Amino acid sequence: MNRHLLSIDDVSADDIQEIFTTAAEMHDVQRRQVKKLPALRGRTVINLFFEDSTRTRSSFEIAGKWLSADVINLSAKGSSASKGESLRDTVLTVTAMGIDGLVVRHSASGAAEQISRWIDVPVINAGDGTHEHPTQALLDGYTLTRRLGSLEGRHVAIVGDLTHSRVFRSNVKSLTKLGATVTAVAPPTLMPAGVGDWSKTAGFATAYDLDEVLPQADAVMMLRVQRERMSGGFFPTAREYTVGYGLTRERLAVLEPGTPILHPGPMNRGLEISADAADALDSVVLDQVSAGVAVRMSVLYHLLAGEETSA
Amino acid sequence: MSILIKGATLPGGTTTDVLVQDGTIAELGAISAKADQTIDADGLRLLPGLVDLHTHLREPGREDAETVLTGSRAAAVGGYTAVLAMANTNPVTDTGEAAERVHDLGRAAGLVDVQPVGAVTKGLAGQELAEIGLMARSRARVRVFSDDGRCVHDPRVMRRALEYVKAFGGVVSQHSQDPSLAGPSACCHEGELSGRLGLPGWPGVAEEVIVARDVMLARHTGSRVHVAHVSTAGSVEVVRWAKAQGIDVTAEVTPHHLLLTTDLLSGYDPTYKVNPPLRPDEDVQALREALADGTIDAVATDHAPHARHDKEHAFVDAAFGMLGLETALPVVTTVMVESGLLDWAGVARTMSTRPAEIAGLEGHGRPIAVGEPANLTLVDPAAQVVVDRAASVSLSRNNPWHDRKLTGRVIATLLRGTPTVLEGAIA
Ligand SMILES: [Zn+2]
Repeated sequence: MNRHLLSIDDVSADDIQEIFTTAAEMHDVQRRQVKKLPALRGRTVINLFFEDSTRTRSSFEIAGKWLSADVINLSAKGSSASKGESLRDTVLTVTAMGIDGLVVRHSASGAAEQISRWIDVPVINAGDGTHEHPTQALLDGYTLTRRLGSLEGRHVAIVGDLTHSRVFRSNVKSLTKLGATVTAVAPPTLMPAGVGDWSKTAGFATAYDLDEVLPQADAVMMLRVQRERMSGGFFPTAREYTVGYGLTRERLAVLEPGTPILHPGPMNRGLEISADAADALDSVVLDQVSAGVAVRMSVLYHLLAGEETSA
Repeated sequence: MSILIKGATLPGGTTTDVLVQDGTIAELGAISAKADQTIDADGLRLLPGLVDLHTHLREPGREDAETVLTGSRAAAVGGYTAVLAMANTNPVTDTGEAAERVHDLGRAAGLVDVQPVGAVTKGLAGQELAEIGLMARSRARVRVFSDDGRCVHDPRVMRRALEYVKAFGGVVSQHSQDPSLAGPSACCHEGELSGRLGLPGWPGVAEEVIVARDVMLARHTGSRVHVAHVSTAGSVEVVRWAKAQGIDVTAEVTPHHLLLTTDLLSGYDPTYKVNPPLRPDEDVQALREALADGTIDAVATDHAPHARHDKEHAFVDAAFGMLGLETALPVVTTVMVESGLLDWAGVARTMSTRPAEIAGLEGHGRPIAVGEPANLTLVDPAAQVVVDRAASVSLSRNNPWHDRKLTGRVIATLLRGTPTVLEGAIA
């Protein structure tokens, strides 16, 4: 396993399986009354969030604490540029306090990778702009594996705002590494630039018509549509989006029973996902949340447990 | 003061001695006369002093990144005898006084002629014309106007600017970037890589639509437009077409767009963040061919020094730009001369003669002939140099060529007969 988790590129298919195996053990711990494991006792992990995300931050915080690490949350939102400080300065200041791992969230693509070049502790990317969100992809893959068994030959449809989705970019890599077939579905305006070339080398399919894809899907991953995208001219109206790409009640009926429905949250009920789909028996949205803690415990364990504690 | 340059090869290929006296080329041929100073130019090329149409000097406003003096040093080391200093300083060069200040700072530095570029619009805001006429009439004699860094996007403002500069033979140098097609944080060529990296795309068409519009406006107004830092094959096609129509358009290309490609962005290194962005290989090839066949008139550096901390941000937040003055000639030698696309006459044309003509700079870009001002650059065409960013005389270190091996080295630069550079270092 690489020293950092910046992208799904940093983990092989074997690494992912190992992360899942450990995550399953961690998952069992969650059901215990005493949830603490001593694995990271004496280690300090900083959650450095340049962009708000209560959900991801809490998930990392709980994961660290259940492994007995000291977890410190730092919100650096707007602090660096507005004070004239460079990102490098901000990060060096934080790490100079003596830490063992850095979980970083940033609104800019590539920020985690850049940061990893400036410091010498493991960096975990908790979402960088529209680039990647590797732990989200791992928890999605873990959730799907628990539901479907092996993903080898399974067909996953990823639907929605692909252009702006780091969840998509990480998942398309991890799911194909796990042997799944992926079809990315979106209107042309929400397809990433150059997706034609990219999909060929990365081995996934693209489609504009959700209704053609759904009957063949073994799992459906709905992506959040950012409300502000609607004024960006990516699609005419919310209504039109829902008709074309929403997981409506009618589309829900097309799915084979037992087809897991994923959503990274927070959901826009009534836009990309209907209430029926969100609350359906096959919706695994809450499983994703609980798997998130287990998978992040596993990632922290694999990246930090072997590391020497800094003085 | 006299200097005898022994055995230099001129751009056209003839080898000769050159006697420089009192700032002027006094004699060519086999010269036995004694001079105050003799430079052995055996195996070296003598070019007219290079002229850069596109330099950012950062003074006033960001003297921590570059000053007129340090930028002049970098220019001289790069073989330049004249540079056009872009207007996007703080304050902006949008008045006669501001232009004279830059001009005078250049004079005081005394290493290259620093010719200010005037802003097209007040404060580069794109709304109202700046004091174009007063800048033209000032001591600085401004002839090139540009809002570079920003595109003059309003077609009506662009039209009026093109009309207005006709009064004194001026030219509008356009930073062609439709701000709506390339969004506010556009920083990566829009394509497979930007899609994969999740970086905001800067599509080639955002440049091409402005180039196309501007050549039509130039035709309509009968005026002169210059396309700054052309970066795409599509823009080249438009310029080629416009020239064939007799439209008065000229274009420049940067050394980095002639050699570096967009895949360098895969590691999110802001050193390679430049505006317009590095493009794919197809564009690079088209730019080389267009420079060779004269569709693109000139090589211009877009030398854009930045303090280290302005580059040490997340990629989308980091400053645009890279250094260029000291490495332009080696890059052109490596890319264009070694490949046989351009001979040394072509180098002289694209890096000196045409830029001087476009900018209306007298005394620069002149043939190497008796009676001409001795603005000269002596180049070792075979020298192999590994670029070291620490060795730069610029105040900044945002050097995309660091650790690259390039062919060609500037040995000496003479400004009106006075060496500014000897043995590759400031004299
Ligand atoms: Zn520009």
